Amino acid sequence: MSAPLLSVEDLRVSFPTPTGRVEVVKGLSFDLGRERLGIVGESGSGKSMTGRAILRLVRAPGRVAAKRMEFEGTEIQSLPERRMRDLRGARISMIMQDPKFSLNPVMTVGRQIAEALQAHERLGRRATRERVLEMLEAVRINDPERVASMYPHEISGGMGQRVMIAMMLIPRPSLLIADEPTSALDVSVQAQVLDLIDELVRDHGMGLILISHDLNLVSRYCDRIMVMNAGRVVESCAASELHRAQHPYTQGLLAAVPRMHETRPTLPVLDRSQWSGT
Amino acid sequence: MPAVPRSSTLPALALRRVRRFAAPVLGFVALTALTFLGLLAITFFIGRVVPIDPVLAVVGDRATQEQYEAARQAMGLDRALVVQFADYVWQVLQGDLGRSVSTNRPVVEDLARVFPATLEMATIGIAIGVALGVPMGVWAAARQGSWTDQVIRVLALLGYSVPAFWLGLVGLAVFYAGLGWVAGPGRIDIFYDGIVPPVTGLLLVDSLIAGDTGIFMNALSHIALPAAILGFFSLAYIARMTRSFMLDQLSQEYVTTARVKGLSEWRVVWIHAFGPIRVPLITVIGLSYAGLLEGSVMIETVFSWPGIGNYLTVALLNADMNAVLGATLVIGAVFIFINRISDVLYRVLDPRSR
Repeated sequence: MSAPLLSVEDLRVSFPTPTGRVEVVKGLSFDLGRERLGIVGESGSGKSMTGRAILRLVRAPGRVAAKRMEFEGTEIQSLPERRMRDLRGARISMIMQDPKFSLNPVMTVGRQIAEALQAHERLGRRATRERVLEMLEAVRINDPERVASMYPHEISGGMGQRVMIAMMLIPRPSLLIADEPTSALDVSVQAQVLDLIDELVRDHGMGLILISHDLNLVSRYCDRIMVMNAGRVVESCAASELHRAQHPYTQGLLAAVPRMHETRPTLPVLDRSQWSGT
Repeated sequence: MPAVPRSSTLPALALRRVRRFAAPVLGFVALTALTFLGLLAITFFIGRVVPIDPVLAVVGDRATQEQYEAARQAMGLDRALVVQFADYVWQVLQGDLGRSVSTNRPVVEDLARVFPATLEMATIGIAIGVALGVPMGVWAAARQGSWTDQVIRVLALLGYSVPAFWLGLVGLAVFYAGLGWVAGPGRIDIFYDGIVPPVTGLLLVDSLIAGDTGIFMNALSHIALPAAILGFFSLAYIARMTRSFMLDQLSQEYVTTARVKGLSEWRVVWIHAFGPIRVPLITVIGLSYAGLLEGSVMIETVFSWPGIGNYLTVALLNADMNAVLGATLVIGAVFIFINRISDVLYRVLDPRSR
């Protein structure tokens, strides 16, 4: 494998509570090449915070610390905010969860996409517009001209998420973080959106971090999987090796996945006493 | 796009276009007229319910029973209420609000004199409030918890809790009596009074129309202090509301999206977070402007300002019902007018309300 795109060592994210600081990410380490990494975990396992920490978007009073956090060989923790802004969107981008809340309600879709491009590239009006329409087409929007002039409340959730993808990929980043990109969508459009992300990531040779709570989905779209629980990585393996998982948490999760044509009368639930869990 | 049917000839298309634009305008006019009628009904019935006998106010308490009855009939108060109301509406529509008992002039004339005085002061006040209050609120929210935020919050709290008359008196003591930076009470120095022909009733505008900078500067130095004090009060309110709207917006997901895109903090705050709060801000600004136009009795009294607040208070104390109702009507109309403008602005600013 070539030099990693992103290299994280001992990442810790903590928040103050009345009873002292609580770490929600406790010493996460991983290397990511131009591959697809899935981070799986339940609510509160720290998976979303990991994504935001990489973009340095954990808001105060949250605090991020890591021994090393290098993107394309540059330590990003010590970057001044200006340089970090140049990185955001342009080099590392993130698809947010719910298009209903993550698109600005009073700005047209086209302007929001154009803005993502203009933040990093100096282009004329016409060139910008062309790139926006091109990008909308790339995310399979049929009538890009019309959609570009619409407001977020006028489009469906699936379309909103495709607009989101267009917005985040238009400056051609090399790392894409997708934070639960389909959990707000209907099951019928989930696969469409994920296939689209998958295709664009492969075509552009980007790295992908897919954050999800859905083990099945992650194993289908990723090369490698990290299972998180209570801020720690409990399992890290190739997606194809998942069935040989060692950790009781992962085994428990896998056992609880319903299968087609199965005859088990009851699905097992997680027995949290098996690991030093919560 | 659907194909244009053959039957839609040019005039038909033009008609449809007219209808599309005329309908909202007609609706707007109808709604305004209806609200205004409601306002008239309220002022009319207030006038009938208050325990002030308008007849007695005219004839005095030494009038005989016959004189009293004659006056009552002459004033039309013996007719049915509905008839009286219709008559009242008709008079108002003709611009007749009756005669003021205390000034012995038509109320309309009085209002044309006092309302511009208040309008002038309130407009400068709200302009100060918006120009400073909105950026302060945004700034405080963007730096929540910092010392700038604390200073702005304390200022806003002061604007809430300091009594207007106290601030007026202290302001006069410091800036007029002490430093001599501004002129004292009143709209204008006595030797300038009544020189410029009243066109709009706003002294600052009228003096400019007349091309008299001396009068303009004099009027300006008179209005500066009271307008600044009104400005401070509306600033406090507007800054507070802006801050809380902004805090709410800054924690929204799409603000994070904007940051993920790598936008500058200025764009994140002023374009993304500020965009959606313009609508609630319009409401806040509209209401505080309307509140100022009602006339701040305290400020007008301290500064001997011949505005509508003063006029209304004097009229109330003299049981001058025509003047009270006339002034109430003007204030109500101001509220209706500002609300209608806010509604139009909502539609311009928020695509979801179109």
